[in-house]
Amino acid sequence: MPVIEENYDIAVVGAGHAGCEAALAAARLGMKTILFTVSMDNIAMMPCNPNIGGSSKGHLVRELDALGGEMGKNIDKTFIQSKMLNASKGPAVHSLRAQADKGNYSRTMKYTLENTENLTLRQAEVSELIIENEKVRGVKTFSGAVYSAKAVILCTGTYLKARCIYGEVVNHTGPNGLMAANHLSDSMAAAGITIRRFKTGTPARIDKRTIDFSVMEEQKGDDRIVPFSFTNTEDDIKREQVSCWLCYTNEETHDIIRKNIDRSPLFSGVIEGTGPRYCPSIEDKVMKFPDKDRHQIFIEPEGEFTNEMYMAGMSSSLPEDVQYQMIHSMKGLEHAKIIRNAYAIEYDCINAIELKPSLEFCRIENLFGAGQINGSSGYEEAAAQGLMAGINAVRKISGKSPVILDRSQAYIGVLIDDLVTKETKEPYRMMTSRAEYRLLLRQDNADLRLTDIGHEIGLIDDERYEDFCSKRNLINMEIKRLNDTFVGASRVIQEFLIEQNSTPLKTAVSLAELIRRPELSYEAIAPVDEGRLPLPSDVVEQVNISIKYEGYIERQKQQVEQFKKLEKRKIPADLDYEKVSNLRMEARQKLTLIRPESIGQASRISGVSPADIAVLLVYLKGQKDA
Amino acid sequence: MYNEDTICAIATGMGNAGVGIIRISGSKAIDILERIFRPANKKKKIREMETYTAAFGRIYDQSCLIDEAIVLVMKAPHTYTCEDVCEIQCHGGMLVMKKIMELVVKHGARTAEPGEFTKRAFLNGRMDLSQAESVMDLIQAKNEFAVRSSLMQLKGDLKNRIVEMRETILYQTAYIESALDDPEHYDLEGFSQKLEEIVDNLVDNVDRLLITFDNGKVLKEGIRTVIVGKPNAGKSSLLNLFVGEERAIVTDIAGTTRDILEEVVNIQGIILNIVDTAGIRATDDVVEKIGVDKALDSVDKADLILFVVDGSVELDENDRQILSRIKGKNVITVINKSDLDIIADKMLIKGELSGDIVEISAITGEGMDDLYQLLNDKFFAGRLSYNDELYITNTRHKEALLQAKNSLCKVKESIQAGMEEDFFSIDLMDAYAYLGTIIGEATEDDLADKIFAEFCMGK
Repeated sequence: MPVIEENYDIAVVGAGHAGCEAALAAARLGMKTILFTVSMDNIAMMPCNPNIGGSSKGHLVRELDALGGEMGKNIDKTFIQSKMLNASKGPAVHSLRAQADKGNYSRTMKYTLENTENLTLRQAEVSELIIENEKVRGVKTFSGAVYSAKAVILCTGTYLKARCIYGEVVNHTGPNGLMAANHLSDSMAAAGITIRRFKTGTPARIDKRTIDFSVMEEQKGDDRIVPFSFTNTEDDIKREQVSCWLCYTNEETHDIIRKNIDRSPLFSGVIEGTGPRYCPSIEDKVMKFPDKDRHQIFIEPEGEFTNEMYMAGMSSSLPEDVQYQMIHSMKGLEHAKIIRNAYAIEYDCINAIELKPSLEFCRIENLFGAGQINGSSGYEEAAAQGLMAGINAVRKISGKSPVILDRSQAYIGVLIDDLVTKETKEPYRMMTSRAEYRLLLRQDNADLRLTDIGHEIGLIDDERYEDFCSKRNLINMEIKRLNDTFVGASRVIQEFLIEQNSTPLKTAVSLAELIRRPELSYEAIAPVDEGRLPLPSDVVEQVNISIKYEGYIERQKQQVEQFKKLEKRKIPADLDYEKVSNLRMEARQKLTLIRPESIGQASRISGVSPADIAVLLVYLKGQKDA
Repeated sequence: MYNEDTICAIATGMGNAGVGIIRISGSKAIDILERIFRPANKKKKIREMETYTAAFGRIYDQSCLIDEAIVLVMKAPHTYTCEDVCEIQCHGGMLVMKKIMELVVKHGARTAEPGEFTKRAFLNGRMDLSQAESVMDLIQAKNEFAVRSSLMQLKGDLKNRIVEMRETILYQTAYIESALDDPEHYDLEGFSQKLEEIVDNLVDNVDRLLITFDNGKVLKEGIRTVIVGKPNAGKSSLLNLFVGEERAIVTDIAGTTRDILEEVVNIQGIILNIVDTAGIRATDDVVEKIGVDKALDSVDKADLILFVVDGSVELDENDRQILSRIKGKNVITVINKSDLDIIADKMLIKGELSGDIVEISAITGEGMDDLYQLLNDKFFAGRLSYNDELYITNTRHKEALLQAKNSLCKVKESIQAGMEEDFFSIDLMDAYAYLGTIIGEATEDDLADKIFAEFCMGK
């Protein structure tokens, strides 16, 4: 029987948010790339919530954009509502979130992929990894075709042996009734990869025409729109925005849930996978927080040209009839018609501690994993890993060292470090509290943090880089000017300060000093700043934040310095921990399993004590001298 | 976490010896010395001293004189650790050394981890490869000891109070973080004022703990000494002789002392932390049994055991049981009731315990001088010593408390400056981590766990 055989540099398995970024990065860096998907009509599909960004996830997208990823640009083209969350809080936790037109998002991404040089799209189920001598050589599809590749990136999302479940109903499909991939995880297991089972869930979609919005609170978008991509300005993307709606569950809803809880597959044990605590199903919330007499539910459009509405906060795996009862018990939804049921989905994933920080498997060369297969959850988390896996796969086969962002550089660094260092017991979601240096890792300065790196990798072109450099220059010059310009206790100044409810001056101070006062800001002191020239708003924002929060920022920078010292102490990849006899048993096992690349990473492994780290340092020093 | 800041430790033993040495190593060593030491020769500048030279002068805490001292300055790289090293030789009293240590810490040093000087010496290339193994052994052993002794100190009340404070901090932080993570479900309206009260309260609590530390109520500075013996052998009477007052309840009824009594006594300059225990015997009385278990527990932790035997009767099963329990430990056998005829078999005791034996009468006080002399001999022969690891752990605890307080004060500053709530969590979590080092608990994923456990997140 004749067999199809094709050769590529890089093969990407799965065209979700991770796969798209991985494939685009590889192709844009000049690699002959093939991207597999089980359905060409569902590229970059959003099977759950219809938005991109949100707390800390927005940060990921901005970082991705600064490195040359696609998600930010794609949502800027397809959003229907935009909001800056936490705008009244500190700048570190401002988080951008946009409602997406799902269909448009998917189509637009597909169009970008289709028109990217070096990139081939292929609808097929990859069923087997081809591995020789612990090195991946390519993949085989279910039809028997062989695609050899120098590197393979697995971005299988929630498709591996997927089961969708609600009540007593079990469908052996991927999300949205798409075909599951039932063979690849066997091949992975045969190659020695640990397979785990995670689960997540999604709420029902209901018909817009059957909802009484008059009894709900309208949630409008922001007047001022901040684009995700640093390449866009507000004017580039400004548009009419669509509203979301807020309604609530009530005691009756909760009664229905309690009465039927025994019919939940989670409670009856039909579902075995580990679910995330951070987006619990409505039945979880009701059972776990019995004191709450209502829960918020946001009704969000799935797109501009559809009547399907997403019910954020109502994910469930209760039976169909219970879902109807629950929804009908809520104010404004008495006559709502369900278009798609809520369901839980269970899928195979790996244990990401088997990956290096480059996202390459420790034990199988040139094989990478990105996205939900690594035990994460969320579109943004997936895309961020996809981009990094794409970049590092290219660098691996080009003989270059991997790009590893550390915890002080980016949320992406925190995300990947957590995944490969800590054994996550549930789908991992990004949160700002996971970033210890979050005052430095703001969404507003993602370009300042990462554009240099993106340019060096080759995903940021020279033109964009020059624009960026001139922005950075303007910021630095303006900060210097404000630090160097002093104002004395003149009458004009004193009157101005009194008018602003600020203490009058005793001696001359710099303008920066004034900006630092809680009641003042860069904008506020404009009347007494004579030398000021007009500057773009993003420059002004950076100047204001850098000066206002200087004390806090400096403190974090000092912590980062300490942190970097440990990150710089590398551990040889072939270190035999059995030979470090003074390590405690638990530490030795963990270290052998996770194989940290630096002393810093080792120190974050639970079960490795400071004394173990000291022992390791002494041992390494001994090795070096020998 | 390992880092390369400036460290300090007491280099000599912790006894009330004539001279004590505090050693500082790291880039800030000379800096720190400059700030706390005033040379007698006013023209002398610490910074300009030749390496391996000494200066005489006084240690000051601002304007308050602490002690006279000779300081020795050794400059990198030709020192034990290959870093700048300063040594302060002061009068060896524990209180003085403790004060100087605190002063050094206040000016930017950190109490050294177990074995850290040696580790630095090795990492900076001072020792050869063959020594690496023993260095690693030392680190693990010292660490284990430190952990054990730290836990030992922390049983009960102190630990509970720290756990409680941490719980409060974690809850408040989790609340802030939930609101940041899911701003549409939780809002922080009016939160700052509430938090300020809570923080004030926490600072008060930390202050109270710090005072306890200074009073030495937490710090068990002496040699841990346990008095054991079967019921009514005269243990409590012995303790009363040590203390010079009626402290333990002494009656003729066997089994009177049912709990643990503890006293710190100074015997000719040697400080003993004496624990009087319930008489050890097989018993069915539930309350008494608890006392017996406690007694056995403190035997295991003791540096010195005073085994009290009723000399007026034959050794019985209870005595033999105790004998087997304390075998191999540092024991002085005190044969009581020398005012009566001694019929207890001394030879048997000598055979079982290689330790020393002294005869006393707890009623007349006869023989006590012999006991004091024996303690003295033991101490100066080096067969008894203070537990300095315990002391160091304790300094570290105090340091952690001070740092926790510092972080809490920063939260308060942020609140008063009208900063946004997300700034609070950073210092709150620092305080949480510092308190955690006292009870030896990791902090890694506590916050995320707390958020999920206490707050109902959306989606």
